[in-house]
Amino acid sequence: MLWNLPFITVVVLTLIGLVTVLLKKNIIKILLGINILNSAANLFLITLGYREGGVAPIFTLAPSELMVLPTPQALVLTSIVIGVATSALVLSFAIVLQKKYGTVDIDKIRRLHG
Amino acid sequence: MTVADFLFTNAPALLVVIPLFAAFICPVAGKISSTIRNLWVMGMMLVTAAVAFILAFRVFVTGPVLYVFGAAAANLAVPLDSGGIPIRIIFTVDAMSAFMDIICAIVGVSVLLYSLSSESRNSGLEGYYTLFFLMIAGVFGMVSTGDLFNFFVFLEILSLASAGMIAYRIDGGLAVEAALKYFILSTLGAIFVLFAIGVYYGQYNALNIAMIAQRMQFTMLDKIALVLLVAALAMKCGAVPLHFWTPDAYSMAPSSVTAFLVVASQASLYGLFRVVFTMYNITMNCVTVGWIIIIFGVLSMVVGVTMAIPQKDIKRLMAYHAVSQTGYMLLGVGVGLAVLGNTTLTSAFGFMAMEGGIFHIFNHAMYKGLLFLTAGAIFYRIGTRDLNRMGGLGHTMKYTMIFFIIGALAIAGIPPFNGFASKLMIYESVYLFNPLLAIIAMVVSILTLASFVKVFHSVFMGPKLPEYADVKEAPLPMLIGMGILAAIVILFGLFPQPVVDILVAPAAHALADQGGYIASVLGGA
Amino acid sequence: MDLIAPLLTGYGIWAPVTWLVAFVAAVIVVYLLWKTGESSYKKGTELERPYLSGNVEPEKGAVHIRASNLYWGFLQALKGYYDVLVPVHTGILTDYMIWFVAVTALVLVIVGMLS
Repeated sequence: MLWNLPFITVVVLTLIGLVTVLLKKNIIKILLGINILNSAANLFLITLGYREGGVAPIFTLAPSELMVLPTPQALVLTSIVIGVATSALVLSFAIVLQKKYGTVDIDKIRRLHG
Repeated sequence: MTVADFLFTNAPALLVVIPLFAAFICPVAGKISSTIRNLWVMGMMLVTAAVAFILAFRVFVTGPVLYVFGAAAANLAVPLDSGGIPIRIIFTVDAMSAFMDIICAIVGVSVLLYSLSSESRNSGLEGYYTLFFLMIAGVFGMVSTGDLFNFFVFLEILSLASAGMIAYRIDGGLAVEAALKYFILSTLGAIFVLFAIGVYYGQYNALNIAMIAQRMQFTMLDKIALVLLVAALAMKCGAVPLHFWTPDAYSMAPSSVTAFLVVASQASLYGLFRVVFTMYNITMNCVTVGWIIIIFGVLSMVVGVTMAIPQKDIKRLMAYHAVSQTGYMLLGVGVGLAVLGNTTLTSAFGFMAMEGGIFHIFNHAMYKGLLFLTAGAIFYRIGTRDLNRMGGLGHTMKYTMIFFIIGALAIAGIPPFNGFASKLMIYESVYLFNPLLAIIAMVVSILTLASFVKVFHSVFMGPKLPEYADVKEAPLPMLIGMGILAAIVILFGLFPQPVVDILVAPAAHALADQGGYIASVLGGA
Repeated sequence: MDLIAPLLTGYGIWAPVTWLVAFVAAVIVVYLLWKTGESSYKKGTELERPYLSGNVEPEKGAVHIRASNLYWGFLQALKGYYDVLVPVHTGILTDYMIWFVAVTALVLVIVGMLS
């Protein structure tokens, strides 16, 4: 059961993230929900690559049979970078909308509809 | 090694490298002078397009081209000591990818040429062209890559750059609102894609599309991954009922960008087809998934066109038509997918439906790009997108009017323009599958024509209005940009069969032939 | 390769070049007929002014039928449909995301059950 704990965390984080994204109305909170979802995905990838008792996959240090898988770590690194760019862009949108509309409430940002 | 050899061998990598390089040099070039920047972006776009055409030529003549990053040889997909797993990032350019490359190159060149004058009145153009080249790199990467995680990275590059472009003219916050909606939905979709990638990696220890395809078991987890990918990519290509971002984003982006956003959506459409055809193919229940895609398609066609009719903003109206036309592609290819397991039906009409859907991707990119560019030219001259305030522009903007007529007739499927050729293929093959679907498709075409008659009348017809008395024809670079697309619309309409033989049929074959794709990467599996 | 080969649709054929030739021929015939007509039209005279049963011509902006007035009947006839469809496009991002997640869930159920 204990080795499933990371996967359970992934599921819990995904649910928290989805609920935040779908129910919160503040752009910043929606962004936080997206970040939680992103973390869940990252944790999922990292957990897939974990091998019990493995060491960090640094080629010069580790005996090859004891390494955790390096690929998911590379993926997660990339995904984190993308996540940062995403957060920065959404936050800048939030700043502009706060200036132009005077609100970051999603319910009030609906001049484009129909 | 000569320059030509170098180009020939490294074309798949250069397709992404050149736009990225161009993008980040652009601000530097802009510091020197705007003329140098314009020359730089135009030159680089032409080089990129040339590389795309060289690559496409090579693919259509000699078959799929592999490019393995970091390997000793460009086609050494599986390293000798890896135990048969392609561990490197691989670009796999088959006929379908090359087909999309050609679309992106043609639209890219005409849109950039158009931007040179349509954006010349705005400031901050360094950022504009940087983002534009990032979009191009994103599209080329998405359609060329043979690695699923790489696909995700390019998808995100494309979303980030597109969102920046949509918000480029803040427009009192409206453009930012549209960009926010587009971007948050895209990010949510991208997270779905990431989860799906994790599922594949956990099961098959591979990220390479060919490797996953070869090992595909269609377990419960694979079903979940399939649904996540299909939903995310259908949302990105704007299929109803996931289309809500499309009219907002298309109407608020600068017109030149909107024409390219059409191509960006089609890159997602390509991703969708790649997933269902190359990764799953007949290991899954093709009928169910095929019908899901058909239903997406029919809903898109009907809801898109009916929502377009009451619109008052010219670009919003065209955006709903883009949704509607995406439905035709989903319908055609969905029918091809639904009968994929049945050889008799596939050879009877399934393959023709796929060809029609794929041909329509090309045609749609051309005429929809053309229509958005004409809308941009009108906006450039009169400063409004509100159809109620337009009228009588046919007296002064004659060439724009002619281009608009060409685009409008093509989108409505009026012979002899290219839209008719692909729609005819879809109608006749879908009729054999299910007559009701074909009838819906024809009715949607009629409604499309009706709504473009409305646009044509309210924009170009009527007496010359006093408020637009001194409106002039659009500038020459914009006309040339539109002219390129209009010429292709007419040429492809007049000579459809050679195009189908040379471009479309190989692309459809490449898509349907899962074994061929796997063999081209893993070597005769 | 035959450049003017007709498009094979698997069911019938479509030969655009043939049709284009026929169309051009028809245009020529129409033009010749039109040429035989009497040319009594004189530029720059009363003939150019619109005749509205003797009424004064309204100003140009009032003559043009604007976009909103087109297809009024069509929209009225399908009022029930549009009353449902247009409000669905609320413009609220939350609704759009709920649509997205709900459709994903629905497709998941369909694929899970039927295959």
